[in-house]
Order: sequence, then C-alpha cells, then structure tokens
Amino acid sequence: MSAAETSASLRPESLPDAAGHFGPFGGVYVPETLMTALKELGEAYDAARRDPVYQEELNRHLKEFAGRPTELYFAERLTQHCGGAKIYFKREDLLHTGAHKINNALGQVLLALRMGKTRIIAETGAGQHGVATAAVCAKFGLQCVIYMGAVDMERQALNVFRMRLMGAEVRGVEAGQKTLKDAVNEAMRDWVTNVRDTHYILGSALGAHPYPMMVRDFHRVIGREAKAQILAREGRLPDEIVACVGGGSNAIGVFFDFLEDAAVRLIGVEAGGRGIVRGEHAARFEGGKLGVLQGSKTYILQNPDGQIELTHSVSAGLDYAAIGPEHAYYRDTGRISYAYACDDEVMEVFQLCSRLEGIIPALESTHALVEGLKRAKALPKDKIVLVNLSGRGDKDVNQVAKLLGVTLR
Amino acid sequence: MDRIAQAFARARAENRAAFVAYLCAGDPDFDTSLAACRALIEGGIDILELGVPFSDPLADGLTNQLAAQRALEGGMTAARVFELVARIREFSEVPVVFYTYYNLVFSNGVEAYVRAAKTAGVDGMLTLDLPPEEAADVQAACAKHDIKTVFIVAPTTPESRLPVIGAAATGFIYYVSREGVTGVRDSVAANIPEAVAAIKRHTALPVVVGFGIGKREHVAEVAAGADGVVVGSALVNVIRDNLAARSQIAPKLAAKAADLVAGTRR
Repeated sequence: MSAAETSASLRPESLPDAAGHFGPFGGVYVPETLMTALKELGEAYDAARRDPVYQEELNRHLKEFAGRPTELYFAERLTQHCGGAKIYFKREDLLHTGAHKINNALGQVLLALRMGKTRIIAETGAGQHGVATAAVCAKFGLQCVIYMGAVDMERQALNVFRMRLMGAEVRGVEAGQKTLKDAVNEAMRDWVTNVRDTHYILGSALGAHPYPMMVRDFHRVIGREAKAQILAREGRLPDEIVACVGGGSNAIGVFFDFLEDAAVRLIGVEAGGRGIVRGEHAARFEGGKLGVLQGSKTYILQNPDGQIELTHSVSAGLDYAAIGPEHAYYRDTGRISYAYACDDEVMEVFQLCSRLEGIIPALESTHALVEGLKRAKALPKDKIVLVNLSGRGDKDVNQVAKLLGVTLR
Repeated sequence: MDRIAQAFARARAENRAAFVAYLCAGDPDFDTSLAACRALIEGGIDILELGVPFSDPLADGLTNQLAAQRALEGGMTAARVFELVARIREFSEVPVVFYTYYNLVFSNGVEAYVRAAKTAGVDGMLTLDLPPEEAADVQAACAKHDIKTVFIVAPTTPESRLPVIGAAATGFIYYVSREGVTGVRDSVAANIPEAVAAIKRHTALPVVVGFGIGKREHVAEVAAGADGVVVGSALVNVIRDNLAARSQIAPKLAAKAADLVAGTRR
C-alpha cells in the first residue's frame, strides 16, 4: 500500500472508538474502582469540548497564561551546518513552564473544576508535566500532589524545587526502578484511594481511555498552529515533521493535523539510550511486544513472561516502557515511522544547537533534533524539515554539566 | 460441582463464611511459599488465592508490592507459578484462584495461559486490571478450559454496572470493601451488608468481601453478611516479619490462619 492510499483510508477524527480503541490498541484496563471515574471523565470531557464557553476559557488561558501561539522559527545556522533541507523549529519551548505540557495541564484543570474536583494528582518523569500541573493548580487554587521517581528527583532536582515553590507536594517514589513508570503506578494507587474528590492529570497520551484521546486533543493546537505558520511562511507544507516520543503527547499533537496530508512524512523518535540492548534503552518499537500496562494495550518493553523491563534514557521524560496507543496504531498502519536517538548523539546535538542557535533544547526534544538533522543532511535544499522543539533545556543543564564532567558551584 | 462451588457449599452447610486466604506465589522463595500454602490449607482455609507476582502491581499496597518483589527476586517465573500449583495439587484439593494482572495472562496468548493454568490445577482467575468490557478473550478461554472467572465490585461501582459484572463472573464476586489498594486497616468499612445485598440482586454467585481485613473480629464482622471473607496483607505480613527465620513462617501462618478462620463462624 502506498502512503497516499494509506492516508486516504485514514479517518483520524474517528479514532478512538467509543470504548477507547485505536484499532487493536488502547482500551480501558484498570481496576474496577476507577471504571466509573473514567466514564464520568469521558462524559465531562465530551460535554466540555462541545461547550463554547469552555473552549473560549481554555483558549484565553492558553494565550494569557501559557503564551500561545508559539513561534515557528527558521534554524538558519543549523540549516547551514547540515547543508541540506531547511530546518524549522516549532517553539513549544517558549511556553510558560518550559514545555508543551502546559497545553494539557490547562485543559484538564479546567475540566477538573467543571467536575467539582478539589484535589489534583499527577505523575512526572522529567518534571515538566509536574511543573505545568503545579502551575495550573497554583493559578486555580487547587491542592496538588505530584508523584516522581526518586531517581528522577535526583536528576531533575531543579524541577522538584520549582514544583514546591508553586505549592505542590512532591512525593518521591521508591518502588521499582524509581522512574516515570513507577510514578504512574503510585499516582494510580492514589487515584484509586481518593477517586471521589481527586482528578488525575495524566501527562502523556497514555493510560486508559479517555486519556490518550483527551491529551492528544489538548496538544493538537501545536500542529494546527504549525500548519498555518508554515503555509504563511513558505506557501507549502513541510516535507518531514520530527518529534520525540516518550508516551507521545507532543508528537501526536504536532502530527495530528497532518495525518491526512499524505505527502508529509511524520517521524517519531524514541530513546535509544546506550544502544538497543535489553534494559539499556526505551525504544518500544525496537524489541517491544504487544501488551497491557497502566490502562492501555500497546507496545511494551517486557520479558518473555510479561514482566515489564527496565528502561534507560539520558532523558527522564522518554524513559518509559510503553508507548501511547495511538502511536502503536499509526506505526502498524505505516502512516508514522519511528526512529531512535542514542544518549551520546543527544549530548552532542544538545551542545550543537545551543552553540549555533542560542537555543538550549530539552534532552527529550533533542532526540527529535538528532533525527531532524540527519534527515535535513540527506535532503536537498528545497525541502523543509520541521522539528517540534517540545521543551527547553534549562532543567537539564545540571545533568549535562555532570555528564560532561563540569563542576558547577 | 467444581471445587470453588463445593467450598462455598461446605462453608454454608457449616453455617460459616468461606475463608479466602491470599499469598503471593513464591514469596519469599519457592520452597517456603509451598510450605506456607500447605500451612494455610492445614489451618483450615477454604480457598487459596495465589497472587501471581507482577513487576507493576498498581492495585496493591506496599505489603503486597514488596511480596511480589521478593518473589520475583527469588526467581519466580510463569512456569514456576504453575509448578507451585501443581505441587499443591499433590496433597490438596483446595480451590486455587489466581489473583493476577492482565499483561501476564495476555503476553504469550490468553488461551495458552489459561490452558496451562488448568493443567496445573488452577480453578479460578481474578485479573485485577481487566474489567468485563475488555474480558471477552479471557472469558472465552476460561469457559473452554473450565476455569471460573472472578470479577470485582467496588464501592464506586453503580448498581447499573452490577448486571454486567454479574454476567461476566462464573466463580464468585469479589467485593472490594474500600476504595484504595490492598492492605490491612484498623476497622472494617461500614455498609458492607447493604453492598452485598445489592450485588446479590444481580447474581446468584457467592459474594466475598476483601481489602483491609486483618483481624479475627474483622473476619467475624464481615462473615455475618457475606459468603466469604478474604484476608491477604495480614498473612503476607507474617512472611515479611519472619524473613530472617524462614522455617518459622509456615508454623506461624498455620496459627494465624486457624485464629482467623475461627472468626468465620456465624
């Protein structure tokens, strides 16, 4: 099947189905205690998205609080450096709190208020979703508890302090490998216990329905803006769009409005860690198997018995054993292709982008940049590669300094 | 009559609730776990609920999380869990119900897993993160291989869902008496009799009550209004407290079980 035929048969708006399935992926795999809460959440979201008052309010906060729209930026010196296609950045790194995560946090906190919830919980990996959630909770005066793996708290100490400054309680998770997956488990345990007054702001396009759909919808603004901006600037669509994929929220957000544009290649970039060896990476499409984790059926890094494997990435935000179910669907249908970037390439491009563009990218987003630069080099100068710069790297400078052997005092 | 139905019938005939005992398979090691199961059975339990250790037990409190971790670190695999059941079957006909998470069942094919469970001697399966809406494959495989399904009703379950859950279950209904994860609590939740009565309006199956029950007086309180009482973390704690002297685990569990089972008399 050609790409054009595949895209012609795609009906992205029709997915997921009413029960949350993207083809064989997604669904609702949670303990019974949460079934009713998820159903109520789905109904509340359905009503909210049709409500012009809610949409108007969300748009106002996205503009005034978060700083939308974000710019489309021509990365001139990186383009020269690569000597191929023109490289553009979608500047989600310019958003308040430092990454795209605020789009979803705002959408969900307004929903929680509509539902009369008084307490918010969230998980965080790199801390960007936790910071975004802490910020919206401060803004709207809601109690906020953030679960974060103890290992991630260590490598993202700055974000822990930011969350606490904004009044959130950050609870370290000592279970498992003490990273994002374990933080999700703990957040779900909290939700099961406090489901009546608590809303769980899940931070990626993961988990049980309606989360993957809802989080995607809140991030679609990225692709919608990017499309209008590139058309205004270049008079045509980009040839390729590249985004990093942990759970996959920034990627599905930037890709979604291009899914039916068959000529635009869409590339998700996973974390290759120290290389594709068991336990040393988080590239679910390189050795992952279909399974069910934390609410959703998708590709998962697991052992032959179905125990979840350890993962590794230099970037805490991509260090996760499962991929969002919508990505699994578009990977299997061939509409989106996936690559991976390894820690050492990421470290190199992190410094290169900082030096050539005066932009310090998040380690997560740098994964997309690694692949974007490779592709730009291989393409002629009349082509366009758009990289979603999902977050800024301020949070990563301590960790990078440490990895480079630089002592900060 | 299958082993599960027989166990409930026997308890009913003796005017008591069935005692359902939970342990994590292979906690802290295979041999100690086998001895622990034998001790519970000799202590008079009616149904053995065996937790299948999973790396990400999101419905479990810390006690059971650590038990799963000990079991996995002690070398438990899917094959060893089946072997444990087969070894129990060498000396006992007590019904064995798996308490598990769906990825372990799904990972290598639902039907192959259910068939292997049946061969080992498993009687029923409760899959914590598998609501009836996603359970068609498990229901079909369990029907084919004659394994009973167990589904959960929670305090947050509206009565409108009870017919769906009642229709999906073939073994018994497990009423989770509290919102939250597994673990011992100081008191038993209020309004359990009302909840059990509501469930019984929609199913003829036995209803057991669990989560947070750890003392003999809790057992007695719950036994008055339910067909069965589940105790888990309180038993797992006996293992946790005797890790330094593993030979003490079986006798202490036997004593604990005998004490708790006595609470089931009405």
